Amino acid sequence: MRKQTKFNQQKRVAIRNHSAEANLFSRRIFIAFLGVIVLVLVLFNNIYDFQVNFYDKYQTRSNSNRIKLLPVEPNRGLIYDRNGVLLAQNKPVYSIEVIPEQVDDIKKTIVNVSTLLGISEEQQQKFFKTLKGKRRFKPLELKSRLSDQQIALFSVNQHHYPGVFIEARLKRYYPFGYLTTHTLGYVARINRKDANKLEDDGISENYAATRNIGKSGLEKYYEKILHGTIGHQAVEVNNQGRIIRTLNFTPPVPGKDLTLTLDIELQMIAKRALSGKRGAVVAIDPRDGGVLAMYSNPSYDGNLFVHGISSKNFKKITDSKDSPFLNRAVQGGYPPASTVKPFLALTGLDAKIITPETKIKDDGWYQIKGVDYKWREMSRWGHQWVNLAKAIEKSCNVYFYHLAYNLEITRISNMMEKFGFGNYTGIDLREEIQGIMPSEQWKRAKHNQPWYPGETVHIGIGQSYWTVTPLQLAQATSILANEGQIKIPHLLKTITERATKTSYDSNAKPTSGPLITNIMHESKPPIVIDNHQNWRFVLDAMHNAVQKRGGTGYEAFRGSRYDAAGKTGSAQVAGLKQGEKYDAASTKESKRDNAMFIAFAPYENPEIVIAVAIENIAKGGGGFNAAPVARQIMDQYFGKRVIISQDKSKHPHHDNIYGKK
Amino acid sequence: MRSSGQDQQKIHSIWHRLHIDLPLLAGLLCLITLGLFVIYSAGGQEINIVFKHASRAGFALIVMLVVAQIPPLTYRKWAVPLFVIGLVLLISVLLFGHVGKGAKRWINIGITNIQPSEIMKLIVPIMIAWYVSEYNLPAKLNTIIIAFILVLIPTLLIAKQPDLGTSLLIASSGIFVIFLAGASWKLIISCAGLASAFVPVLWFFLMKDYQKQRVLTFLNPEQDPLGSGYQIIQSQIAIGSGGLNGKGWLQGTQSQLEFLPERHTDFIFAVFSEEFGLIGVSLLLLVYLFIVMRGLWIAVNAQDAFTKLLAGSLTLTFFIYVFVNIGMVSGILPVVGVPLPLVSYGGTSMVTLMAGFGILMAISTHRRFHV
Repeated sequence: MRKQTKFNQQKRVAIRNHSAEANLFSRRIFIAFLGVIVLVLVLFNNIYDFQVNFYDKYQTRSNSNRIKLLPVEPNRGLIYDRNGVLLAQNKPVYSIEVIPEQVDDIKKTIVNVSTLLGISEEQQQKFFKTLKGKRRFKPLELKSRLSDQQIALFSVNQHHYPGVFIEARLKRYYPFGYLTTHTLGYVARINRKDANKLEDDGISENYAATRNIGKSGLEKYYEKILHGTIGHQAVEVNNQGRIIRTLNFTPPVPGKDLTLTLDIELQMIAKRALSGKRGAVVAIDPRDGGVLAMYSNPSYDGNLFVHGISSKNFKKITDSKDSPFLNRAVQGGYPPASTVKPFLALTGLDAKIITPETKIKDDGWYQIKGVDYKWREMSRWGHQWVNLAKAIEKSCNVYFYHLAYNLEITRISNMMEKFGFGNYTGIDLREEIQGIMPSEQWKRAKHNQPWYPGETVHIGIGQSYWTVTPLQLAQATSILANEGQIKIPHLLKTITERATKTSYDSNAKPTSGPLITNIMHESKPPIVIDNHQNWRFVLDAMHNAVQKRGGTGYEAFRGSRYDAAGKTGSAQVAGLKQGEKYDAASTKESKRDNAMFIAFAPYENPEIVIAVAIENIAKGGGGFNAAPVARQIMDQYFGKRVIISQDKSKHPHHDNIYGKK
Repeated sequence: MRSSGQDQQKIHSIWHRLHIDLPLLAGLLCLITLGLFVIYSAGGQEINIVFKHASRAGFALIVMLVVAQIPPLTYRKWAVPLFVIGLVLLISVLLFGHVGKGAKRWINIGITNIQPSEIMKLIVPIMIAWYVSEYNLPAKLNTIIIAFILVLIPTLLIAKQPDLGTSLLIASSGIFVIFLAGASWKLIISCAGLASAFVPVLWFFLMKDYQKQRVLTFLNPEQDPLGSGYQIIQSQIAIGSGGLNGKGWLQGTQSQLEFLPERHTDFIFAVFSEEFGLIGVSLLLLVYLFIVMRGLWIAVNAQDAFTKLLAGSLTLTFFIYVFVNIGMVSGILPVVGVPLPLVSYGGTSMVTLMAGFGILMAISTHRRFHV
């Protein structure tokens, strides 16, 4: 059957019209060929579209595929003291890192390296944990902050461990640690809050490579100057993100260096003088407002924060009842106590409430009409008849109770605000607090109460609501010593732009030396009083308080070779009940008196102003506790210089003469 | 042509006796050589991969020469047994085949693994050309329907593996025979209408999820630029960024930096476009066009209906290869696994293609009736 049909078909082929079939076929081939041409044109047109019409678009996309901009961190500016001593530097920190791809047996290698360097089991586990899901050619940190010994040990054995290497990174280091932390502040890891702030300021791009940021002190205040400008490395990467080659390098611009007005040697003396005490000292050059020393005790080590402080260390600092975090120099609000007497005296003279000759009988207490309360004198029996000079010299309370009561609060607060009390001094630290200069408005706003005249009496000896920071006190003393001229206190002296010796950009002009900018600090209009002689009168009284036997600061400055002036103060921390006698030994430590002292030297053309505050002293007052601190700093400041008026006629009463014990 | 001198006649006859069609061979060698260079660039500049490809190309050339020695009459005689064997192999692949890349395509026949769908690329046009040429041309409707069914069986079996690319190529090889056999235009148009009506059925009942995903990605690759759209986007970037002159050999960043997947196999055209630009692409298209024209010329000059239909179908299928590959790489067709013929790395498809060209050469050089 099948054979039959096959035969028939064969037969049919024999009789088919070959030329007609060939023609038909050729026509169909021709049509197919036309189709081929059309499709080739379709393909060509499409490719033409890609390669000619949209070339730019795809060129850009191709480049963005392969070219990545790697940010390069700028080196942070250094910080020097006024004599060029390095206070904040960038120190290489060595860590051991591993590129997993280059290691044959990662487990074995890590264990061996760890055994060699004594890396803990815990750290190894941490490494293996981070190893998972990481790209194999990216370096991973096994241990950071290697010791010199570990570095040496590994360097010798490095050839045993291909793919394991030591990496150096620059980290901030404060060589003086505790000594400078409150002033310099510290840098630490940029956290979410910092990142948001950078984002808001529109400078987050400049921080793309930066790990740490100034968190407090000058590091924070001058962050923008210290940070520098980010650099970029344009690299070609493959689809795995592995860097194939560097295409282009824009070097970062290092941050500018800061030179401070601070003198690290004075700082050391300050630390020593305050050791074992809670308190702060501020020394200012009254001629320009430059802060020579600023130290708050206790302090802490800012270096701990640079690598991320451990919770144990952090707890240790926060748990301390001495509050080491507090920068008492600008954040400690202390009752100024008797140190305000010279200022009140000036106010009294200017308001013509008193004259230098005004005398008051001091029986050891003061009373105002209609009030039973007795304001008391330090010395139980009083100073009897005292004039203004003696009242400052001996720190007579009753005189100033009387003066303050008669001045009334408004006149006092108006004048004291001119001296900067109750306001920011404008120093280049963000931590500064305002302190309190009480006034009628202040009390209404704060306590919603009227001002009572009795409170003004307390103001007379720098108590009641009045609080000042040591810096404010130093600044006010500086204004006083300058006879009204106001220089804003500051820590920054100059900004230095380091010369880039190895310039990556051939177009950049080689700079011959560092570019130093002297900072011009703004000043305020001076305090003007009616009779300029009054300045001298008050300053002379302060001079006597130190130089005249029996003056409150006399003992502390005995034998000094420079001509200092000053005023002591002892502030009650806890209010005493009527008739109660203060006894330091029987009072709880935190309720004991504070010791205060302000001073300047030399008496003529002063170069240094100091304010000291010491909390909760065991015995004595400002003269016994705080004045010696100022003495030590001034001794260091003047060194072997002898600045003393030998002209007895000028200072007839002075007993503190060089050479005499 | 033949009267132009003794020497040429002699040379012509030497190639003729070896059953080699010289222009075709020149075109093919051109592509294979080009392929070696592009593979070197796309394959991470490893010379080993080039050697491997060259040896496969050499083998494929030998296969072509061997096939060219077989007179076309033999294929005609063996069409039905070959077709039956092919179907048996396809069915056994579905039953016992190896799974590779999510599809069953390979079968172990003792000595080695073979891919029956590749062999069917040749057997189907032989079978259909034989069947249609048994009757007078233009083919009648019932002949066409039976031919259609004969095409459909292997197509569906291969689509089931699943290997959409190959099944499409096999279907088109059969359909080309039917078209060249003079199927009426009325029929062609109504079939086209029917086929488009079949599309929803295909989408909802026959296509697998990954195939549907490919189509969706094709329609909008930017929808998932890092996932399913990645390949086609990177391919388009490679092509576009090549521009007029190209980035230069070994300089294509998309391929050298490995942004482009499957760059030495299915997507080698993107590498070529990136490195040689529109000028290179134009030349490549011209070489393909030249080979197609030569193949069609052989078909027109073939001596009987069977060889004409077979030669025409093989040539047009070769072009469809080119069109589908370049179309998918440049994003005008969905991604189906079709290599760029004779350029892409990979031995199997090259051997089949070269065997096909061997048949073309046989058709061009074996004369039943020497005039």
